Amino acid sequence: MFLSDLFEETVSAIFANKARTGLTVLGIVIGIGSVVALISIGQGAEADIKSNIQSIGSNLLVVYPGVQGGSRVQISTGRGSAQTLTRDDADVISQEISYIEAVAPEVSTRHQVTAKGTNTNTSVIGTVPEYAEVKNFKITVGSFISEQDVKSASKIAILGPTTAEDLFGEGADPIGRKIKINKIEFTVIGVTESKGGTGFGGSQDDIILVPISSAQKFLSGNNYITDINVQVSDEKYMTVAQEEITTLLLIRHNIADPTLADFSIMNQADILNTMTSVTGTLTIFLGAIAGISLIVGGIGIMNMMLTTVTERTREIGLRKAIGAKNKDISMQFLAEAIMLTFMGGVIGIVVGWVISFGVQKFAGISTNVAGWSVALAFGVSAFIGIVFGYYPARRAASLNPIEALRYE
Amino acid sequence: MIEIKNITKIYKHDNLETKALKEVSFSIQDGEFVAIIGPSGSGKSTLMHILGCLDVPTSGQYLFEGRDIAKLSDNELADIRRKKIGFVFQTFNLLPRTTVIRNVILPLIYANFPREQREKIAKEALHNAGLEESRFYHLSNQLSGGQMQRVAIARALVNNPSLILADEPTGNLDSKTGDIVLKTFQELNRQGQTIVLITHERYIAERAKRIISLKDGEIIEDVQIAYSQTIKPI
Repeated sequence: MFLSDLFEETVSAIFANKARTGLTVLGIVIGIGSVVALISIGQGAEADIKSNIQSIGSNLLVVYPGVQGGSRVQISTGRGSAQTLTRDDADVISQEISYIEAVAPEVSTRHQVTAKGTNTNTSVIGTVPEYAEVKNFKITVGSFISEQDVKSASKIAILGPTTAEDLFGEGADPIGRKIKINKIEFTVIGVTESKGGTGFGGSQDDIILVPISSAQKFLSGNNYITDINVQVSDEKYMTVAQEEITTLLLIRHNIADPTLADFSIMNQADILNTMTSVTGTLTIFLGAIAGISLIVGGIGIMNMMLTTVTERTREIGLRKAIGAKNKDISMQFLAEAIMLTFMGGVIGIVVGWVISFGVQKFAGISTNVAGWSVALAFGVSAFIGIVFGYYPARRAASLNPIEALRYE
Repeated sequence: MIEIKNITKIYKHDNLETKALKEVSFSIQDGEFVAIIGPSGSGKSTLMHILGCLDVPTSGQYLFEGRDIAKLSDNELADIRRKKIGFVFQTFNLLPRTTVIRNVILPLIYANFPREQREKIAKEALHNAGLEESRFYHLSNQLSGGQMQRVAIARALVNNPSLILADEPTGNLDSKTGDIVLKTFQELNRQGQTIVLITHERYIAERAKRIISLKDGEIIEDVQIAYSQTIKPI
């Protein structure tokens, strides 16, 4: 039997019962479609979280004041509420530690901010010029905090785009206008570019940046800082830098036992890894749910093939009588099963793709149809065709021609 | 062409042995038209299955063109059926919802016959089986019983087999169309085709040149019919 003949026979057999074929294929379409769509949602979530984390800055270590966990059970005092870090710590880090690109200490507070007739409650961050580089802030209009501003504790402020809109309305130019933070008047000198999304610790578009000295002097009223952002020059030095900073600060703070450290260091790479593993689990979870429907679809194929074999028993007997070998018969039924799943697979991939586009467009969840998920869905559908087609095909081939011819 | 020596077939069913054929021996030469006749349960169907290489005997020897069939595997039996034997069944067994020509081409597909020549050969076989050309592209289920049986005969002829085995070919036909089918067999035999016809009706068997009668798995009669069927008045 030529391959082209096998193909022809298969096509004509499949289209002999269009309704049944359609429903069976639908089972596979739903299975493959949901695998592609759900994995794309998982992948989209992963890509989202990655870009969110990276929008905070790249290769970032953040030093927080407070007690480190160690082996003891501890009551968390909330990040940044302990007062153990000062600007001197930040200066020493930038002087002593190698592999460091920039260091930006910050004093983070929340205040009611008023402009003429409007007010908003937002986070006010006192920091240094390096902050822009470390946290990937860009200025759309005006300028950023300068060294001079920090030295002289000037009362200037840079607004996030959301904050600017809240205080001055959409499209207004806030440069040179006055705002009151904690009843102290600051002059707006710049607006940052929108970062979009929601990073960690609230939107990075809804903030006010002021010189760190001004924040300490007018807003927090003490010399402590909330955290130190350290940008490492390369990802591979993250761990080394983290260890060096730990050692340095332990010495500076006269702490001998590292488990008693009065600060902790967050490593961005660690967070990224953790989040990636979370979304990876999500993807596998969604894929597994979809996989179940794929198996159900496969059982549908097997069910249809078994019915077909029974229905066509006499035909099988005849084919054997006119000289078809067992192999010819089993190949024919296997080919039918594979073609059914193949059709279902192709349509399912298209449907899954369309669904994932639809979800992105109408539900606002970002999706990402990965090449590997398409390949996986395709491979699985071919595999299902073979697995669930094998038994019916074997059953057809093993029919005794005499009994098959007599079958009523 | 066919030589059968002491063939016995035993069916085992729930430890109950049934002897369908008991030490049957005969031979068939090229160009013969043999009718095997017997009541139901006489073993004629079993004999036909063995002759058609659909089944193997429990003991004895079956030589088909010199090859011992009893020792062949399933695949080798399929080979013999494909190349040497054409079947005609009582119930026609055409593929439904399939064109006449495609039905006749089917054995050629399994014989790996070149695609381009298939249709020509199938048409020739249909002509030989006596089907009008206007029916060649009809679907098989749109035909009358007599037409279906002629398609089945064409399908049996298409591989140019050494032997045509017809199992009650007129059983589902009225006497008039049955007669046409039998005439077709006689004409094919006149052209040199070896035919074995299985029936339980004496008057049908008499259309052949030789009658082998079976009863309870044994041959009770094996006679040549004295005069040629072609000149026998109908």
